[in-house]
Amino acid sequence: MSVLIYLEHENNSLKKSTLEAISYAYAMNGGKDIFGVCPGNTDSSLATVAGKHGLSKMYKATNVNSFNAESHSAMVSEAAAKCAAKTIVIPASFSGKGIAPRVAIKLKAGYVDSVVALPDTSNGFTVRTGAYSGKAFADVSLLSETKVLSVAANVFSAKENAVNCEVEEFSIADSALNNRVLIKESIKAEGKISLPEAELVVSAGRGMKGPENWGMIEELASLLGAATACSKPVSDADWRPHSEHVGQTGIAISPNLYIAIGISGAIQHLAGVSSSKVIVVINKDPEAPFFKAADYGIVGDAFEVLPKLIDAVKKFKGA
Amino acid sequence: MLNFARYKNNALMKILVCISHVPDTTSKINFSADQKEFSSAGIQFVINPYDEIALTRALELSEASAGTVTVINVGDATTEATLRKALAIGATDAVRIDAAPRDAYFTAVQIANYAKDQSFDLILTGRESIDYNGAQLCGMLGELLSMPSVSVCKKLDLNGNDATLEREIEGGKEILTCSLPMCISASEGMAEPRIPNMRGIMGARSKPLNVVAAVAADELSKVQSYDKPKPRGQVKLIEAEKATELIDLLHNEAKVI
Ligand SMILES: Cc1cc2nc3c(=O)[nH]c(=O)nc-3n(C[C@H](O)[C@H](O)[C@H](O)COP(=O)(O)OP(=O)(O)OC[C@H]3O[C@@H](n4cnc5c(N)ncnc54)[C@H](O)[C@@H]3O)c2cc1C
Ligand SMILES: Nc1ncnc2c1ncn2[C@@H]1O[C@H](COP(=O)(O)O)[C@@H](O)[C@H]1O
Repeated sequence: MSVLIYLEHENNSLKKSTLEAISYAYAMNGGKDIFGVCPGNTDSSLATVAGKHGLSKMYKATNVNSFNAESHSAMVSEAAAKCAAKTIVIPASFSGKGIAPRVAIKLKAGYVDSVVALPDTSNGFTVRTGAYSGKAFADVSLLSETKVLSVAANVFSAKENAVNCEVEEFSIADSALNNRVLIKESIKAEGKISLPEAELVVSAGRGMKGPENWGMIEELASLLGAATACSKPVSDADWRPHSEHVGQTGIAISPNLYIAIGISGAIQHLAGVSSSKVIVVINKDPEAPFFKAADYGIVGDAFEVLPKLIDAVKKFKGA
Repeated sequence: MLNFARYKNNALMKILVCISHVPDTTSKINFSADQKEFSSAGIQFVINPYDEIALTRALELSEASAGTVTVINVGDATTEATLRKALAIGATDAVRIDAAPRDAYFTAVQIANYAKDQSFDLILTGRESIDYNGAQLCGMLGELLSMPSVSVCKKLDLNGNDATLEREIEGGKEILTCSLPMCISASEGMAEPRIPNMRGIMGARSKPLNVVAAVAADELSKVQSYDKPKPRGQVKLIEAEKATELIDLLHNEAKVI
């Protein structure tokens, strides 16, 4: 049975979360019948890269361009009909999560968001996802014939499984081309690593005292190639943008490494970061609750510890 | 069907805000012995934080246009306290669809069925509920009601029938425009949640809270069981003076850098 992946690209390359989604679909379907659909008349290099990761066929929707949930979900459901896909795999990016519910309704499919494991098909079709904002997991069965899954970022690493990727161009029905939602402007911080996709994250809280002290946080992050994050009070006070706020009411992340500096470790904060693979906590209070949720800890003043760490990373990177 | 004449007359803005009833963020989560159900013993329920943001923005917009804000929840009678709180914050009226919300699809079918002939100009949800975290309802309602949907919006402004939105994307934001009606999911930044005052709380008691029967919907998904993440092992402490050792450990032991 075929699986179809929603392929997202930017600046002529497939996004990391898309490569992860291809690898997920490849593993789920034993490498067979892996289809993808991609908006726009994209460069042929995209299909080459997709093939390297195991995509057997790419549908290019040449008349679909910039993102809007209506036309992109129509594109996915038209492609699903072409390859008779029974499972639709969508990266759990902002845009992916915007279209997945619409695709689910169009295909009368059950949908599970941000799955963290391959489906268990020993008895039906059951997938694992987070619940209660990181405080729990739920195993959810999909009972419909067609299924939609969005795949959490950073849980499955992109793997190479080179196959030859065929390309077929198509156009979606004109009536499905929505032109009501118009993009006026797209603003992106240059050279910044995007937090939801980041493998390494340096995060800081109220212990940093004020926005003027974030230079050290940014320096450590840039030396490590990490994204920056913060606790809620920090973004509430406008020391940092809301898009950096992690936790139960912010973004949930699962990087390989999360370094928390001057963050106490409140239950709402932990909810959003506890699925990080390795957690480092730097806090001057040995009783800070975050130490109970950490793998490595330094009890000390951030203003003394950070310069030492920055030096050590410089040496490590230089070596 | 839509009543476009209404917009020309610049008349009342009609907004629907979907309210989910969730455990307070400080709650420790526990499940029944068979792991199949959430144990609500000792749990305080609140309006989902993102829905509070959506509600506040809806009130600001309707105050500017002398419109109405209806709040809706799919749930059993225990959620009425949460709807009363939304009324106390300022909603005009409330609707409870009388059924346990099985999954997002079931909830979406109920709300779409209620909304389909009410000509709402704007339907707002939270970015996600902090219990199911599906982030599903906004798109599902858009599809069921044939309206555009924009998820995870940090800003929403209206100029008559035209909305300007700011949507979050990886590493940045997009500024969008769309003509109403539409569905939007609200995230932080759209408004600062309001706290009900005494007058609001008193007034809420006499505002309408209508209970509506649920309609049938297919069962597309089912939670089999819940469990909690495994606790981490003992933390390894590094002395502050030897902070540089951390880098060695992260490289050689944890192998993450
Ligand atoms: C509805 C609701 C939702 C919430 N959602 C979130 C959420 O999503 N994310 C979130 O983060 N919070 C959330 N919160 C807030 C949460 O409860 C905490 O208040 C918040 O996480 C605390 O942030 P903090 O750790 O930066 O600050 P604090 O709790 O003030 O902690 C500062 C820490 O810095 C340490 N420190 C101080 N000086 C130094 C120094 N020089 N060197 C080293 N360490 C130092 C202190 O020992 C302390 O542990 C929510 C709260 C509510 C009510
Ligand atoms: N039972 C419900 N009744 C009304 N609205 C709901 C319900 N569940 C979820 N919602 C709305 O849908 C949003 C997203 O929820 P979810 O899809 O569960 O993450 C919430 O922020 C609410 O606005």
